[in-house]
Amino acid sequence: MAISSNGHAASEASGTVAIRTEGLAKAFGATAALAGVDLAVEAGELVALLGPSGSGKTTLLRVVAGLEQPTGGRIFFGGEDATFVPVQARRVGFVFQSYALFKHMTVAENIAYGLRVRPRRARPPRDAIRRRVGELLDLVQLAGLERRFPSQLSGGQRQRVALARALAVEPKVLLLDEPFGALDAQVRRDLRRWLRELHDRTGHTTLFVTHDQDEALELADRVAIMHRGRIEQVGTPDEIYDHPATAFVAGFVGDAVRLPAAAEAAGLRVGAHMIPSPVVAANGTRRDDGPAVLFVRPHDLVPVADHVHGIAVEIAAVRRAGSGHRAEVMLGHGLPPVDVVLPAGRTARRGDRIRVAFANLRVFPA
Amino acid sequence: MIPRMASVPVQAASGPMTGGPTLTSVPPIRLRRRSALPGFGPTLGFTVLYLSLVVLVPLAVLVLRASGLGLAGVWAVAMSPRVLAALQVSFGLSLAAATVNALLGPVVAWGLTRYHFPGRRLLDAIVDLPFALPTAVAGIALAAVWAPNGWIGGLLAPWGVQVAYTPLGIFVALVFIGLPFVVRTVQPVLADLDREIEEASATLGASRRQTVWRVVAPTVLPAVLTGFALAFGRAVGEYGSVIFIAGNMPFRSEIAPLLIVVRLEEFDYAGATAIATVMLGISFLMLLAVNLLQAWSRRRLGHV
Amino acid sequence: MSETLPRAAVGACLDAMPRHAPATRRRGGVIDESAPVQTALVAAAVGILALLVVLPLLAVFTEALRRGVGHYLESFADADTQAAIRLTLMVAGIAVPLNLVFGLAAAWAITKFEFVGKSLLVTLIDVPFSVSPVVSGLVFVLLFGAQGVFGEWLAAHDVQIVFAVPGLVLATVFVTVPFVARELIPLMQEQGTSEEEAALTLGASGLRTFLSVTLPNVKWALLYGVLLCNARAMGEFGAVSVVSGHVRGLTNTMPLHVEILYNEYNFVAAFAVASLLAGLALVTLVAKSILEWRGGDQLERSRRI
Repeated sequence: MAISSNGHAASEASGTVAIRTEGLAKAFGATAALAGVDLAVEAGELVALLGPSGSGKTTLLRVVAGLEQPTGGRIFFGGEDATFVPVQARRVGFVFQSYALFKHMTVAENIAYGLRVRPRRARPPRDAIRRRVGELLDLVQLAGLERRFPSQLSGGQRQRVALARALAVEPKVLLLDEPFGALDAQVRRDLRRWLRELHDRTGHTTLFVTHDQDEALELADRVAIMHRGRIEQVGTPDEIYDHPATAFVAGFVGDAVRLPAAAEAAGLRVGAHMIPSPVVAANGTRRDDGPAVLFVRPHDLVPVADHVHGIAVEIAAVRRAGSGHRAEVMLGHGLPPVDVVLPAGRTARRGDRIRVAFANLRVFPA
Repeated sequence: MIPRMASVPVQAASGPMTGGPTLTSVPPIRLRRRSALPGFGPTLGFTVLYLSLVVLVPLAVLVLRASGLGLAGVWAVAMSPRVLAALQVSFGLSLAAATVNALLGPVVAWGLTRYHFPGRRLLDAIVDLPFALPTAVAGIALAAVWAPNGWIGGLLAPWGVQVAYTPLGIFVALVFIGLPFVVRTVQPVLADLDREIEEASATLGASRRQTVWRVVAPTVLPAVLTGFALAFGRAVGEYGSVIFIAGNMPFRSEIAPLLIVVRLEEFDYAGATAIATVMLGISFLMLLAVNLLQAWSRRRLGHV
Repeated sequence: MSETLPRAAVGACLDAMPRHAPATRRRGGVIDESAPVQTALVAAAVGILALLVVLPLLAVFTEALRRGVGHYLESFADADTQAAIRLTLMVAGIAVPLNLVFGLAAAWAITKFEFVGKSLLVTLIDVPFSVSPVVSGLVFVLLFGAQGVFGEWLAAHDVQIVFAVPGLVLATVFVTVPFVARELIPLMQEQGTSEEEAALTLGASGLRTFLSVTLPNVKWALLYGVLLCNARAMGEFGAVSVVSGHVRGLTNTMPLHVEILYNEYNFVAAFAVASLLAGLALVTLVAKSILEWRGGDQLERSRRI
C-alpha cells in the first residue's frame, strides 16, 4: 500500500509497480472523460475503480488497455512506457462487461484464440495450445464444456470463459470492466468470492471497474474512487470507508445522508442543534467558522439513554432491518430524515422522542 | 423492399400431443390455445380464404397443368435446346451476378455502416432504389447507360467491350437488381456487431486483418449467404429490368422468363408451364435453402 | 446490501449509456482501419452505388428531357398515356386496399393466437416474393385464358378476365400480397397480446381494442407496408405484361406503356412516362426515410427479425 494516488509518490518503488499512470487525460470532443489521473497499481494487487456513472472509470480502464489513445499523460507497465504501444502488443487481459465472446467459436476456440493469432514463430504448437486450454478450463471450472457455443452457456459461465480467454495470453495485467454487471445478485455474490480466490491463487495484477461499492469494498485490496475524470482517493477498503478524504467520497461511500451544517467556535451547528465537539475536517484542519456539510450513516447516530447528552429527535418511522430495527428520525429545521440503528431488543414507535448522539462526525467544508 | 424471407420466428404451436397428462380419457386435440382476444375465427378464415383464392389456387393450377404433362413431359421441354440454353443463361448469369453481389454488397454495407461521411444517409436511401424503381424503368435506364452510345457503354466501346444487348448486359441488370438484397441483409448484422468483440480480439493480440477474417467475417457470413440466395432467387425470375438490355437472342441472350412469354404468345401453354415449373421448383429450393441457412445461423449464433 | 441495490441498478443503466451512445467515441478508435483504408472503402461504396444505381436513375431524367421540356410535357398530352396513368392508379387503388385488409387480418390471426399450421401460413404469405413475375402472370392465364381451366365457361358467359382489367388487378394483387403482412407480423409478434388483454379487462370491445390499442402501435409499420405495396402495385411489369394483352389505351398500365413506346423508338415519350414512375420510386424512398425516422422504433424492431 506504499503508493498513493498522488503523482509525486508514484516515482518511488517502481520495481513492484505493475501499472502506473501519470497525468492521464482523455477528451471526447469538448468533454474531458479523464482529467489528469495518477494511479499506481502494485504487482499482484487487486484494485477496484469505483465511481458513479460518467466518472471516467471505464475510460481509464480502456486507456490502460490501449483501446483508447489518451490525449495527455503517460502509462507505464512495470517501468516501461506503454503509452504508444498498440493494444495488440500490450499483453493485457481485458474482460468486457458484455464478455464479447466470439459467438461462432466454441468455448475452447474462444480460449485458444489469443494463442492462435500469434505470428507463426511465437505460436505454441497445437497440442501445447490444447493443453493450455484444458488447464484454463479447469481453472475456471468449466471442464467438459469446451465444445459448447457461448449461446449455450449461462451468464456466469460466459463470464468465466471470458476470463479464461483473457488469461490464456498470460497477460501482464488483467483488466475487468464491470465483471459482474450483467449477472443477477446471487450469481454475482458467488462469482465475486470465486474471483477473489482465483486472484489469490494466480496473483495477476488486476484492475477492475465497478459502480457497486459493496463489490469494490469486499473484493479489492485497494479502491480508487473516481469522480469527474479524477481520482478522489485511493486506499484500502477500511481507509475509504472509515476515513473518506473528500466530501465526495464521504457522500458516495456508505449509505450517507448529507446534512448542511455550520462550523462555529463552540462546535458544529446542525439545524437547531449544537454539537459540542470540535469540528475537524477529514484533512485534519480545524474549522472555526463557515458553512460545512455533515455526512451521517445509520451507525453514526446512536440513541443515548440519559436526558443530558445528545440531541432530541422525533421518530418519523420504524422499519425492520435484519436482526434489529431502524428508526427514521427527524432533526427538524427542514433537514432530511436520518436513519438510526436501534439497539437489539429495543423498539420504538412513530412520534416517540428520543435522544441521539454522534458516534462519528464526518464534516467537510461546504 | 427489405429482403426478408419467411422471416418470422414463429414458435411451433405447442402441441397438446407432446405432453399433457395421460389419463384414461384422451383429451381432445386442440388446434389452438385458448385466448381472451376476439376475432380469431373471422381473421384466420379470411386470411386462409384470401390466400387460397389469390395464391394457392393459381399456383395449384400450374402444378396441375405440369402434372398433366408428367415428369417426362416437363423434362422433355426443359431439355429442348432452346429452353436448356435459356435456363443456362438465366441460372448461370444469376449465379455470376449473385456472386458479384456477395462480394460488392458487404463492401457497400461496411462503408455505409462503419463510417460517417457527408451524403451517407442519402447514399443509404439510394441502396433501395433497385427495389423501388419499377423494373421496366430500370430496364430502359440500364440499356441507355450501358448501350454503346451511353454514358458507360460509350467508355467501353473503344475497348471493344459491348455490354448492352449481350449476355454481359443481362449480368449488369442482375447485379443492379440483386445488390440491395445483400446490402440490406448484411447491414443490420454489421450494425449490431458488438464493437467490443473486435476490441476483445485486439486485446488478445490479433492484428486488424486477423480480426476482420477470423471474427467479423464468420459473423457476417450467414447474412452474406442469405443475401446471396435472395439475390440469386430474384435474378433467376427477373424479367422487366433484363429484357430491354438483353438483346434477347435465342440460345445466347434469351432468359427463361422471356421464353415463357414467347411460348405464351405462341399459345404453347404446355411449354410455358413446363419452363415455369422448372423455375418454380428451383425457386422453392432456394427458399428452402434460405430458411435452412437462417435456422443454422440462429442456432449457431444464438440469434440473428 | 438492500439499500445500495437501487443505486447500483441505476448506476448500471446510466453507466452503460456513454459507452454505447456517442458515435464520436467510436471514431478514431484504435481498432479502426487506417485512414487510407477507410477512404478506399468509402470510395468503393460510393463508386459501386453511383455506377450501378445512380447513373441509371439520372439517365431516365436525362433521356426524358433530351429534346427539351416542351417535348417532355407533350408526351403526357397523348390520350393513350393518360389512359395508362388512369389504369395504373385504378389497379393500385384496388390492389392496395385489398392487401391492406388482408395484411391486418393475417397479422392479427398469426400474432395474437397460437394454432397448428401457423408457420406454414407465414411461409405461404411470402410465396409470391419467390415466384418469378412472369410465372405470377402465367398462372392467371392458365386459369382464365382461352385454354385455361375456366376458359370455356368464361367465353360462354362472355366474361373477359385475362387480357382485360380484371386480369391486371388479379396479377397485381398476387405479387403484392406479402407487403403489408410482412411488415406487421414481426412487429405485432414482438408486441405480444398483453396490451390488448389489458384493454379487454378495462371493458373495451374487440373492435375498440383493435382500433385504439393495436392500430396505433403498428401505424408506422402499416404505413410503411402500404407504401411499399403501392410502389410495387404501380410499378409491376412482368406479371401484368403476361395478362395484359397490350391493348393501347385499354389494358396498358404505365410500365407496359413504357415498353410499347420504347419498342416504337419513341424514346422521349418512353422515358417521360418512365420519369413519372421513377419519381414515384423517389417519393417512396423519401417517404420511407421519413417513416424510418418517425417510427424508427417500430420499424427497427420489425426489421431486426
